[in-house]
Amino acid sequence: MQVTINVNGEDRSADVEARHLLVRFLRDDLGLTGTHWGCDTSNCGTCVVLMDGEPVKSCTVLAAMAAGHEVRTVEGLEGPDGLDPVQQGFIEKHGLQCGFCTPGMMMTARALLDRNPDPSEDEIREAISGQLCRCTGYLNIVRAVQWAAQHPAEAEQAPAQTAGSAA
Amino acid sequence: MTTVEESAPAPEPAAAPEERPIGYGRLRRKEDPRFVRGKGHYVDDIQLPGMLHGAVLRSPLAHARIVSIDTSAAESHPKVKAVITGATLEGLGLAWMPTLSMDTQAVLATDKVRFQGQEVAFVVAEDHYAARDAVELIDVEYEPLDPVIDARHALDPGAPVIRDDQEGRTDNHIFDWEAGDKAATDAVFARADVVVTQDMLYPRVHPAPLETCGCVADMDPVEGKLTLWETTQAPHAHRTLYAMVAGLPEHKIRVVSPDIGGGFGNKVGIYPGYVCAVVGSILTGKPVKWVEDRSENLMSTSFARDYHMHGEIAATRDGRILAVRVDVLADHGAFNGTAQPTKYPAGFFHIFTGSYDIEAAHCKVTGVYTNKAPGGVAYACSFRVTEAVYLIERMVDCLADELGEDPAELRMKNLLRPEQFPYHNKTGWEYDSGDYPTTLRKALDVAGYQELRREQAERRERGELMGVGVSFFTETVGAGPRAHMDILGLGMADGCELRIHPTGKAVLRISVQSQGQGHETTFAQIVAEELGIPPEDIEVVHGDTDQTPFGLGTYGSRSTPVSGAAAAVVARKVRDKSRIIAGAMLEIAPDDLEWEKGRWLVKGDPGNARTIQEIALAAHGVLELPEGVEGHLEATTVYNPPNLTYPYGAYICVVDVDPGTGAVKVRRFVAVDDCGTRINPTIIEGQVHGGLADGVGMALMEIIAFDEDGNCLSGSFMDYLLPTALEVPAWELDHTVTPSPHHPIGAKGIGESATVGSPAAVVNAVMDAIGVRHADMPLTPGRVWQAMHGGVGAPQ
Ligand code: FES
Ligand code: FES
Repeated sequence: MQVTINVNGEDRSADVEARHLLVRFLRDDLGLTGTHWGCDTSNCGTCVVLMDGEPVKSCTVLAAMAAGHEVRTVEGLEGPDGLDPVQQGFIEKHGLQCGFCTPGMMMTARALLDRNPDPSEDEIREAISGQLCRCTGYLNIVRAVQWAAQHPAEAEQAPAQTAGSAA
Repeated sequence: MTTVEESAPAPEPAAAPEERPIGYGRLRRKEDPRFVRGKGHYVDDIQLPGMLHGAVLRSPLAHARIVSIDTSAAESHPKVKAVITGATLEGLGLAWMPTLSMDTQAVLATDKVRFQGQEVAFVVAEDHYAARDAVELIDVEYEPLDPVIDARHALDPGAPVIRDDQEGRTDNHIFDWEAGDKAATDAVFARADVVVTQDMLYPRVHPAPLETCGCVADMDPVEGKLTLWETTQAPHAHRTLYAMVAGLPEHKIRVVSPDIGGGFGNKVGIYPGYVCAVVGSILTGKPVKWVEDRSENLMSTSFARDYHMHGEIAATRDGRILAVRVDVLADHGAFNGTAQPTKYPAGFFHIFTGSYDIEAAHCKVTGVYTNKAPGGVAYACSFRVTEAVYLIERMVDCLADELGEDPAELRMKNLLRPEQFPYHNKTGWEYDSGDYPTTLRKALDVAGYQELRREQAERRERGELMGVGVSFFTETVGAGPRAHMDILGLGMADGCELRIHPTGKAVLRISVQSQGQGHETTFAQIVAEELGIPPEDIEVVHGDTDQTPFGLGTYGSRSTPVSGAAAAVVARKVRDKSRIIAGAMLEIAPDDLEWEKGRWLVKGDPGNARTIQEIALAAHGVLELPEGVEGHLEATTVYNPPNLTYPYGAYICVVDVDPGTGAVKVRRFVAVDDCGTRINPTIIEGQVHGGLADGVGMALMEIIAFDEDGNCLSGSFMDYLLPTALEVPAWELDHTVTPSPHHPIGAKGIGESATVGSPAAVVNAVMDAIGVRHADMPLTPGRVWQAMHGGVGAPQ
């Protein structure tokens, strides 16, 4: 079946099987491999993207169900002025190690900050509680989101220049 | 420096950007810009033209004879390109492969299946869905056999023989292994005032990295070259093994381990799926991708632990620990696939004497086959130091309970003293350095231990169950000296190459591979510290056998102890050479120069100097060099560690237990680690945070469980529970620094410390809360409730 999904602001169409998952559509058909998958049971959250601004597990959404909706992935986080504060926060606070959970965590964080610009630690933990990270023990993810909340307008310079500089 | 971490908001970065460290210090990771943009390169991200997709058919039964396999329906699926069975592989001599413990493992079953989830057939198809569909079309007829599930019955007379593929085998016994002095230990036990005995199970758990295992195999039929992108922690070892097993020439194999989504020991071994993908590519002439799903990962790839331990501890009445004795039954699953140095079938379990000054110790470990998945050394275990630490730290708490002593005081009384280092323990280890009492004292201070005990007493009065658990661990990591340590005959030394380009930028090629540890950053910092070249000017190349020198890979916390040492040594070689060249530039004897980070200056005339960048350019230029000195500025080394390194730490956990449900809440966790020299404190803290979450998970939630028929009950994340952000507290970290005297930069490694040290602290805290001597992990609400009510056994 033919589906058209608005992904990161652009309409993208493909002919897909009815059972085709959104996560596979993004990764395999569009080459947007920043969205990951890590389980078969909707538990890990490495696949989280925003659909019409709300975090969804793209392994649990059929591509057909996303037709006509707006999907935002990690590749759509960075703006013309630089990184999203959430991205910068993850760099500043060492919110990632292997990076596998990171895109999903950042998308959830973006959605959280969009509706609650100043979340408490508990609210942050609650927001990411449907997602797993095997590396960070979560504390630095919480700090990364707090950093982003404290630096809402600072899209910062691209970390290509700041990588390898003092944290 | 003390960096007590409070819960959020986090303090702002200590160093301003203009103070960026050229060397050790808090440096933002060089890896992060690609990861935060979704531009990592993981195995499943790879798309090659014409690439096909593989899927594995797995056994539904734990133990059964294969009567027949009918692949005809699968083969006639329009999108299927190949169906591979054990018979296909037998024809190629590949039906069985060696394991890392010198056993054999079926790649695809030919005679029997020996665990649920075992690989039976492999389908190669045009797309992922078709491959999975076709797997369903394969018809296998099985004749079920009685399984051996409980290791405690594996050696019973008449138990079904699992490995009847091995000629003459009549039982399920794999090995007996001993360490320490049995007679001396028995003698000490005979005269001890107090002996405490405790049985405990360290249950089977799984590393479960968020990225499952997989590969893309691409055999170029014209060049005869195999490129294999693989989720591996040990690309060089894998290449050599593929060469030995498949008879492919080693120079025609390139193993690439790109970005890896967590490893924790899960990605050390060679799995049947990798071999099948290679065969699939050879048969079809196309690249073949195989990536397992989560159930396959949990049910078939390397598990960890599964140690049934009978511990005994002997002490004087006033609490001096005299001796420890352990008898272990080790469940290795259907194939002995544990990954550890050859001479050590129980890994480094024999460091179970822990951090204490004791007179005698002995352990015996018996390994057995069961009808479960193979593995055993994984999940950040430092080659079974995890089991050892859990055993001794639980036994010390059992002793404290017996004596009515405070567990922190009992530990303080028995810890090794600084003047005893280097310390030779009673089972053959030489601990390199330590100041244990200082570290424990610091942990007690950070936690406010006395205040916690007062609070606990008050809460008890009110009927509330609060517990405080202490653990003190010593690890032995950085394997290891090649005379004693090898994996399948490959010595555990690691190579390293450093080349300074004419403009003073550098490339460092290392043998180890990162699964999130941040090697691109820390290894650049090691070189920066030695040469004064800014870390951002140093490219670190890793994870590609065509691009890097040979080495055994990243596991057992060996990257910094072994490869980090190699990086420092190679940088010092470059520095030595740069001195000669600087001498030639300044027309002065090299001995008249002294080093200041980043440049050589003339002694007594510091204005007269040459920077490392100027020297690099001269080394590639037309400068006349002294007799015997080659141009360019580069060096190589192979580092063979003289000893292992011994990181240690003191952990304190505070829990609250719901008296009505048995649910445990980890309220606080204090970790004071000593990993010697600290290269990047931010990365170290991150490693500790992750390991502490593992420890909470293992102590409270994680278990790979089986029913009596051998059905795996933990084959998904709905059943194999991992901690989320809600189950873990805001970690409180501190540290001490006791450098390793034999390591070039004094670093000891940190990757596994917290995973190793923390489970005992959590369990000790829960036992302290409920006033029970012992209950086995995972301390789920059901188990805790039963333990509180005198029950034995528990619902899973
Ligand atoms: S892939 Fe695990 S929740 Fe979507
Ligand atoms: S950073 Fe590795 S899973 Fe989160």
